[in-house]
Amino acid sequence: MILKTKSISIRIEGELVPTREGKTILEAAREAGHPIPTLCHLDGIADVGACRLCIVEVGGSGRLAPACTTPVQDGLSVVIHSPRLAAYRRMIVELLLAERNHVCAVCVSNGHCELQAMAAALGVTSVRFPYRYPALGVDLSQERYVLDHNRCILCTRCVRVCAQVEGVHVWDLMGRGIHTCLVSDLDQPWAEASTCTRCGKCVQACPTGALAEKGKAVGEMVKRTEPLALAAGRKGARA
Amino acid sequence: MSLPKLATVWLDGCSGCHMSLLDLDEGLLDLAAQADLVYSPIADAAQFPQGVDVTLVEGAVSSQEDAARLRLIRSRTRVLVALGDCATTGNVPAMRNIVPVQRLLQRVYVEGADAGAAVPTAGVPPLLPQARPLHEFVPVDVHLPGCPPPPKAILAAIGDLLHGKPPKLAELKFG
Repeated sequence: MILKTKSISIRIEGELVPTREGKTILEAAREAGHPIPTLCHLDGIADVGACRLCIVEVGGSGRLAPACTTPVQDGLSVVIHSPRLAAYRRMIVELLLAERNHVCAVCVSNGHCELQAMAAALGVTSVRFPYRYPALGVDLSQERYVLDHNRCILCTRCVRVCAQVEGVHVWDLMGRGIHTCLVSDLDQPWAEASTCTRCGKCVQACPTGALAEKGKAVGEMVKRTEPLALAAGRKGARA
Repeated sequence: MSLPKLATVWLDGCSGCHMSLLDLDEGLLDLAAQADLVYSPIADAAQFPQGVDVTLVEGAVSSQEDAARLRLIRSRTRVLVALGDCATTGNVPAMRNIVPVQRLLQRVYVEGADAGAAVPTAGVPPLLPQARPLHEFVPVDVHLPGCPPPPKAILAAIGDLLHGKPPKLAELKFG
């Protein structure tokens, strides 16, 4: 079924851009050749605004809004790049790096990590906040895959790809605030999560080395997210 | 006219950042023409001198001695550069931070020993509770992340700093 939506236009960095009702600012901007930084967006999966990197200034007052969950409106003006937004985005990345133990040098995803690449792209060369160095576990129970909480940024891409594409919902978040933690089923070891089909979509969806294939050495874990978007598209077509 | 004074220091790191500096190969000749290396693991100087223009510090701050040296270095340096991920983030040395120091020493030197099991105390500096990055102890002027930072990035940064310019840090990444 093709939904007919109304043609509208928005302003991105002052430039008038045609788009359609029902799209998010992130989608409309990307289609117009203005990519917006994000870590929690994954093509084909519903957005939740978890990472906040895609915040943009909207309207004349420059109110901050996450581009991935804010729908376009006719005549809406959007600023993607400003000194204020750059400062906030750097701060977000620094907080993510300080929150857990991101040791790039020994990570399976070194060189292929979206968080690492985002830090480099935003010019983050140090973290002004005291590192927390929390004591976090690694779930090695599963036969083929590993979950390392030290590297998790709580983007919930794994949660959503499992629920929305695989149709299972093994993963979810437990706890609040700084204690928020990814859990499988009812906070069981991954191998004991009886709903898990071992499909590995969560591993491919993960932007960091938090979910990885076993047996990978430093820098060997290369993820592929394009097949997830294709699978999501097929599922959408069937529904 | 005398050359600007350059120093390099090795705290709790693997020396990989210094190896990256040495990987400049013939580029070291250019560097030698631009600066006077007054203190370094690869130079013969017992004391950290006064009035150093640029100091590169590799490694995290892991012991009381590291912290004392870093404070002395800061007081005698105009531009302090955190060289590499250990100096910038704590990196691998900080992976011990979740284990209490006494438990750590017990595990390594007693439970892990085949012979002569005892925690060494003579001639070794007491460890701090955690290994932490330089800027949590003293102000750091420039961070050069990387494990190690690429040789050319180190050379470019030193070149800029010796000429009093802010270094361009594009394309530097952690790890």
